[in-house]
Amino acid sequence: MFITRKAEFSASHVCANPAWSLEENRKVYGPDANPNGHGHNYVLEVTVEGEPDPVTGMVFDLRELKQILNQEVVEPMDHRFLNREVPPFDRVIPTTENIAVEIRRRLEPRLRGKTAKLRNVRLYETADLYVDIGDE
Amino acid sequence: MRLTRRYRFAASHRLHTPALSEEENRRLYGKCANPFGHGHDYILDVTVEGPVNADGRLVDRAALDGLVRRHALARVEYRNLNQDLPEFAHVVPTTENLASLVRDLLLDGWDLPARLAHLRISETDRNAFDLEVGRN
Repeated sequence: MFITRKAEFSASHVCANPAWSLEENRKVYGPDANPNGHGHNYVLEVTVEGEPDPVTGMVFDLRELKQILNQEVVEPMDHRFLNREVPPFDRVIPTTENIAVEIRRRLEPRLRGKTAKLRNVRLYETADLYVDIGDE
Repeated sequence: MRLTRRYRFAASHRLHTPALSEEENRRLYGKCANPFGHGHDYILDVTVEGPVNADGRLVDRAALDGLVRRHALARVEYRNLNQDLPEFAHVVPTTENLASLVRDLLLDGWDLPARLAHLRISETDRNAFDLEVGRN
């Protein structure tokens, strides 16, 4: 059985390669490259898989999952400028893909050895764009 | 990793097949068989799959948007699917058949390094049609 918990954070970012000119960056990233940044309301959906515990009836304690998402993602990233305030985005370009990779990297050790297994990380940048990182 | 981008288009259709009697069409398709057709605001979710490139993205958004626009949206939006698309001259434009057509149109024009992995077309917000695209 799969269970999914949602969390939201608002943050600003710039997508630009520091080795390139502003013009080159605008050609690749469009307005995402504007140097002073802009923001999104990111929506994160984390899916874990397991069987319901015969005693508790739960696959995973959703309060614990909420706490992990808060500690690893919402507290460090909410209302922050990702490039300037949240490593590794001082050197890794904070595209939706790379933010999702970083979120999965942060969550994996917190969910290792638990009753449920991390199956998917879905990150929406807007309602019209999201990425999924499943088991790869 | 997978990335999903959402597009919208408005089109009209009529569900009716000459292989069945008027009464059978009416029983099978209900109001969808009304003779002058009717419309929907369709939502098309296009999912692509691949590794993250050096630019931090698995697909160039502008290239994907351009391809979907030229090869799929330009064919269907603000169209009467039965009358304006030769593909539906003898095929009932159910959303199942529409999803297959959109897959074929996208694959015909596909020139992106990322792979077309999945399509979802929502006819209304109460029904959706998912089509997984096999590796080609």
